[in-house]
This record gives sequence, structure tokens and C-alpha cells, in this order.
Amino acid sequence: MNKAAKLGHNFTGAQMSPEDTRKMVEYVGERPADVPGDASTLAHAREQMNREEGDVGSVPIPGSVKGMLKSTFDKILGNDPELLIDKLGERLAFERTGVRLYEALIAKAGACETGAELIPTLRQIRDDEEAHMFLLVDALESLGADPTAQTPCADLAGVVGSGALKVITDPRTNLAQALNAMLTIELTDNAAWELLIKLADDGGHANIGSSFTHALTEEQRHLNTIRSLLARELGVSGH
Amino acid sequence: MHGLSGILDNQGTPLEKQQFTWKEMASRPMSKLDDDAFTRVRIILMNGVEADALRVKHMLARFDKRLQLPLAQIRRVEQHQCTAVNWLLSADHSPLETTIAYEQVAIEVTAAVAQNEPDPYQAQTYRFGLLEDFDHLYRYAAMLDRLEGKDANNILQGYTDLVPGRKTSEHHRAPESDLRENYDKNDADLITKIHAALITGAEYQTHDYYMNIGPTFTDPVARMLYAEIASVEEQHVTQYGSLMDPAESLMEKWLVHEAMEVYAYASCAEQEENPRIKALWERFLDYELGHLNMACDIFKQIDRRDPAEVLGGTLPSMIQFKSQRDFVRKVLAEETDLRTSGSAYVPKEQESPLSLEYRRHINSEGIASDIVSAGYDWTPGTELNRKTP
Repeated sequence: MNKAAKLGHNFTGAQMSPEDTRKMVEYVGERPADVPGDASTLAHAREQMNREEGDVGSVPIPGSVKGMLKSTFDKILGNDPELLIDKLGERLAFERTGVRLYEALIAKAGACETGAELIPTLRQIRDDEEAHMFLLVDALESLGADPTAQTPCADLAGVVGSGALKVITDPRTNLAQALNAMLTIELTDNAAWELLIKLADDGGHANIGSSFTHALTEEQRHLNTIRSLLARELGVSGH
Repeated sequence: MHGLSGILDNQGTPLEKQQFTWKEMASRPMSKLDDDAFTRVRIILMNGVEADALRVKHMLARFDKRLQLPLAQIRRVEQHQCTAVNWLLSADHSPLETTIAYEQVAIEVTAAVAQNEPDPYQAQTYRFGLLEDFDHLYRYAAMLDRLEGKDANNILQGYTDLVPGRKTSEHHRAPESDLRENYDKNDADLITKIHAALITGAEYQTHDYYMNIGPTFTDPVARMLYAEIASVEEQHVTQYGSLMDPAESLMEKWLVHEAMEVYAYASCAEQEENPRIKALWERFLDYELGHLNMACDIFKQIDRRDPAEVLGGTLPSMIQFKSQRDFVRKVLAEETDLRTSGSAYVPKEQESPLSLEYRRHINSEGIASDIVSAGYDWTPGTELNRKTP
């Protein structure tokens, strides 16, 4: 499989049909916008709807504190535990999807001339992501939270990741294009683990924070690996 | 072109040989970047035709036990034809980009049909509808630019203009003024019957597409825009559907639909430039000939009539898949201010008061098509690409 992007008949640009473009632009001059204003009209409508709309959903109440007052709940589980549960849920969802993303990337690498030798490295990362997933399951369970629930941030992590998922699973994309999508995933993952450790520490859960430091180190290694694999695929010098 | 009788001499592929595998149905899609925009136009149009073939045949089957088995057999093939066609749209089209392509279909195909249509009232109806789809394109192009930061012309490829038409906010009419006069099945040309079936099917799929993807948007104005335009597409289905003669029997409607499918595939096969997709159109043309012949045989058995009574007459040229810019601009210049009162086309001032009343309420809490397009003038490379001095 060699799917390096080549020069070809890409029809999308205005320069592909200069005569048509000239006619279109002239016609816009003849028939301009019929509603006064500019893009700020859309921004105002969005602002108003942001004020009016409800939220995505809630963080499920941990089984261990069901029926307790919020103040008692905070006392047992630390400062603002729902935020920590939401973000732990987000990381769990992200790592779980990450396992699947690496499985798709491994399939793509297997089909590429340059990809087969990357498979052991990618498989190692896939296994790391799976181990991180269980780390998060343990953390949620230690708070009495349900690791099978989809928290609001977990839900949104799925929405954010859906583009990368499409690029990596598309059989038409090449390894560099898929690695590029994976880079955005790993960059996010890195920053998110850092933040999560701080959040756990601030919430009075230093044990959880410290259990994550090794995962953060591994994620930093993943990021560097994906960054250098991408550079290698693109033929960037020094790789 | 020849009459359909010429086409009918060809028996096409027998139904039992119309076979598929899952893999070929879900095979390599078109290229969003490297295929000509009219390849995508044909894909979307034919998906609409096949979806309508299923829809119409399900309705027919509800009314006549004798038709249920042959219709079920043909529908099995048409389901798979529909899949093979619709799966040609590549997944790198965002739903909004696909929407731009749907509107390009509505404009370019309806404009081609309007010029080929011999019945003046029916032709007027196509011109009336196309100015509305033309405006939808402009509003959606503004949405694409202002939501995703993308240029609609990446999809349109310079074939279709991007300026306001008849304002979308004024398309919302009372149902009484969406109904049209129908053709008379005994006097109408075959092409008139085919056009009505074709454009009704195309608008139906546009409506269904917007209804499916509208709620997948998070942007509140995009959600409202899809709600607004889906409603107009439902009006268009009402409008175009009423062009057909309600006195046609179930069997007659079936024959017309099969003839339309043959005509549409023949048009696609004639003009397709992508060799792989051209081969698909040719294959499906042969499949449709098989369906049409089967329908004709059943018509002879059940109605004991000659199918030529329904499908007689010659056809003009194939659907012209090309930019209809000059025609559309002429219609825009002359007919943007047309409105309806009942089934009549009238000047703006004489529009039905029922429509004005309906519109007053439905537009009263904001109009997405206005919000998104405020001050929007299309520029190559998006409005952000405008170099200010």
C-alpha cells in the first residue's frame, strides 16, 4: 500500500475554473446579501441560546454516598468530588477509545509497506492504554463511583474523538494521515493526565494522584513516539 | 432520444441474475476531492430515485395482494442498488457539505427538467421550486462558512452560483398554497409523468436527509436552520407530488416509476466520466430494464392492457447534467418575486393571506436562515479570505 498524496485532478479550488469563479464573484456583486448584518448576528444568537439551554447531563451519584447531604458527601469524598468523578470518567472513556484507535492504527500499519515494523511499538502503546483504563476503573471504584457510567465529560470526549476515529479507520487514509490524527489524541491525553493529577491532589486524593504519575510518564513517551513516527513517515530530516 | 418503446426492446438483466455481495455494496466511494461535482450530483439523485422506488412499491403493495410478491422481489434488488449508490458518498463529506451537494442536485437537475418539460404549468412549478432550493444553497453555504470555516464552492466546483434567491423565510406557506394542478394522465407526455416522479423522489430524500442529520448538529442556529429548511422540503414534496394525476391506477404509477428509473440511469450512464461509476450506472440500467419489463408483463396480465397506453410517446433528450447557470440566472431575474395563491402563481402582493398568517407566527421567534446569512457575500476561500485594504 502506497497512498502518499500525489499531484492530480483535485477539482475543489477556485483556480480549477477561473472563468466560473470570475462569473460567480461578479454575480455576488449584482446580488449581494439580502439580510443586513454580519457574522456577529450568528454569534449573538448563539450567546442567547447558551444562556437559555440546559446542560449535557449529570455526574451519577456514587453508590457509597446515596441519600447523603451534599455537605456530608464532600466531607467523605473531598472537595467537589463530582468534578473529579466527571474527569476520571472522561479519562476512562478516552483511554478505552484509545485502545480501539490503536487497534485500528495497527491494522493500517499492517497494510502499509513502511508500517509492519511499527506494529510492536503500536501494540505496546495499545496495551499501555488498556492498563491506564484499569487504573481509572480502580480510582473511580475507590470513590464509590460507577466506572460503567458515562459522565458528561466522558460523553464529550467521545464527540471530540470522533473525527480522529474517522480518519484512522478510513481505509483510504495513509499511515501519516492516521498518525497525524493520533498526534492530536496524544497531545490532548498528555495535557489531560497532568490536569487530572492536579485535580486529584487538590481534591484531597493524593493517593489517586500518585497512582497516575507512572501513567503520565508513559503518555509522555507515547506522545514522543507518535511525534517521531509521524516525522519519519513524512521524511522529516533527523528521523 | 428515442421513445421508451426502443428501450423496451431490451429485456435487461433478469431479476434472478441481479445479485450483490455486501462488499460490493459498500465498495470504494467517490473522491470528494478528485471526482467531478456532477458525479456526486448523479449519486445523490439516484439514491433519491432508489429510495423512492422502495417507498412507492411499499405503498402499492399495501393495496393489492397480487402485487406483493413481485414487488417484494424487486424491492430486494432495489434496496441493494440504493445501498451501492448511497455508499458511494465518501465519509469525508461533513453532513453540511453533503447538504450543499443535495442543494446543488435540486438546483441543477430541476433546472434541466424545467427546460425539458413540455407542459407550461409543470415547467413553471419546477422553476418556482428551484428558486427556493437555490436560496437554501446560499443559506447553507453561509452556515458552512460560519460554522465549519469551509467554502461551499469546494463542493460546487464553480458550477452553481452562491447568492440569495427567493428568501427562505418567505417559503413557508399554508398547505392550500403548496398544492398544484396535476397533469392529465390521458393527455400528458411520458416525459411529464417521468419528471414529476423524478423530482418528487429527489425532494423526498432531501427532506428525509435533513430530518435525519438536523438533530445531529450542536450549533443551535444550525439545528434551527435544518428544522426550517426540512419544513420547506416537505412542502416541496407536497408540491411536486400533487403534479401527478391521482386518477392513475396503482399499476400505472408503478409503470411510470420504473420508466423514470430507466430514464434516470440511462442519463447517468450516458454522461458519467468516472469509469468505475459509469459501469455501475450501466449495470443498474440493465437491472431497471428487467424491472420495467416485469412490471409491463404484470400490467398485461392484471389490467389486460398494453403498457404503451401508459408509456407511449417519445422522450426528449436525457437529463442534462451540466451547469444551468444562465437559465437559473434568467429565472432569478424574472421570477424571484412570484408567490402562490392556491395552485396559482401570482405576484408577491397577491400571495395567499393564509400563507402570510402562517408565516407570521412560525417566523415570530427568530429565523435561522436570516440569522446565519446576515451580510453574507460568498468569497472564494470563505468570507474570512476577503482581503481588506
